[in-house]
Amino acid sequence: MARIIVVTSGKGGVGKTTTSAAIAMGLAKRGHKTVVIDFDVGLRNLDLIMGCERRVVYDFINVINGEANLNQALIRDKHCNSLFILPASQTRDKDALTLEGVEKVLEELSKDFKYIVCDSPAGIEKGAHLAMYFADDAFVVTNPEVSSVRDSDRMLGIMASKSRRAELGMEPIKEYLLLTRYDPDRVEAGEMLSLEDVQEILSLHLLGIIPESKAVLNASNSGTPVILDEKSDAGQAYADVVARYLGEKRPHRFIDSKKGFLRKLFGGK
Amino acid sequence: MSIDTEKTYEIQSVLEIKSSTFFVPVLVLYTNDLVVIEQRLLQKISQAPDFFRNSPIVFDLHELNHNNDEIDVVKLVELIRKMGLFPIGIRGGNEFQNEQANSIFIPIDNTQSIAAEIPKTSVSTSQTIVKEVVVNNAATLITQPVRSGQRIYVSGDLIILAQVSAGAEIMAEGNIHVYNTLRGRALAGVQGNTNARIFCFDLQAELISIAGDYKTSEDLKETVEKKPVQIYLQNHALIIKELV
Repeated sequence: MARIIVVTSGKGGVGKTTTSAAIAMGLAKRGHKTVVIDFDVGLRNLDLIMGCERRVVYDFINVINGEANLNQALIRDKHCNSLFILPASQTRDKDALTLEGVEKVLEELSKDFKYIVCDSPAGIEKGAHLAMYFADDAFVVTNPEVSSVRDSDRMLGIMASKSRRAELGMEPIKEYLLLTRYDPDRVEAGEMLSLEDVQEILSLHLLGIIPESKAVLNASNSGTPVILDEKSDAGQAYADVVARYLGEKRPHRFIDSKKGFLRKLFGGK
Repeated sequence: MSIDTEKTYEIQSVLEIKSSTFFVPVLVLYTNDLVVIEQRLLQKISQAPDFFRNSPIVFDLHELNHNNDEIDVVKLVELIRKMGLFPIGIRGGNEFQNEQANSIFIPIDNTQSIAAEIPKTSVSTSQTIVKEVVVNNAATLITQPVRSGQRIYVSGDLIILAQVSAGAEIMAEGNIHVYNTLRGRALAGVQGNTNARIFCFDLQAELISIAGDYKTSEDLKETVEKKPVQIYLQNHALIIKELV
């Protein structure tokens, strides 16, 4: 059986799609057959981030409606043979998603794939609900600022009560925290919530901190998941996240300010 | 696309019938005057609109039948629905009323009316028309975090071991204990129990209320913020006292 991962946040613009693309690529690079599904029907972006927008013929909704089969809709990634993308439809809206349809597609993918990564849309409406409903694991993507933390908290509450696991009384969804766009300098200056501040409210298992990085924007623009940029801080941070998710122990990085470190070194204040 | 159901579902994961206990408010009627009932019910609902919205409710006709006051069950159910409540049972009805209830798919509860057993100790001389009956006074224990947007209502005491996030709402007819950080809204004694208290380890609440008397976080003094405290009512004033 495949493991279904939902990448969610409640709030928009925090890095869900960037994270979905990076971890799906990371898992696939390690030899696990992985598919990443764009649940953001009507505002599809994943195909752009993955650099496959020119190869989209059929989409998730076509498969749900029986207008195409899965093999026709799945796009094989050009960097990695064991990674597939199931794009969203740009011309429809979230109402085109149905619980039964999503269940059917996930069941069929489960036979073939080891990991299914669901890229959730923002909000707590239908698209976000269906993206998390069947999940086994949840990557909660949060920015270090109050509204993002509040929205993540809300999303966690919804997952705890309205997921399939909750409704069937099964073991709850495993929740992991991914703190993205973290800037230690701004944390130190008191302009941004610190990791401790965020954890005080969410108290989740921390999977990793992704530093604010120019590499992310470059990667998005060029359509290559940032994890492939192995020299970049964000790319390395995502590689750590994937390793930790798979059970490896790696110390957390990118928490402290580099300037702070130097200052400490020279005994300055 | 063939789906092999044998493979994808464990047999027991399809369905299961379990017995479980629910807390449901009971509407005990002391008058058959639908107009008066409507007025008083509206009043009650306006005190806790969020709690009553779409709430299931059982209505109790024992007292009416005791006094031989007749009431049309169909009209009563219509009225209750109009208030935004979902009637899910009748109790203490006579044969004709039960038949009426049956015809509009309202289940009949044959267990004895609790209201009838409680001696009337009410000191108020004005006639109480609507009264919720506490079905169970047992404490409820919550071990998972109460997240933003979640609501908990219990008829007895509420004990929470995890944090209560900002934007969450916890309500109890009895006392509330939070052995962690309380950031959300906590309302104790929501049915008017002025002896109810709130205890918490770390007070950062958005709102605290006992029997309707409340304070918002703005009114909280800095001396008690982020401290372990107990909160109780004294002469209609909320007293927040640090626990030592």
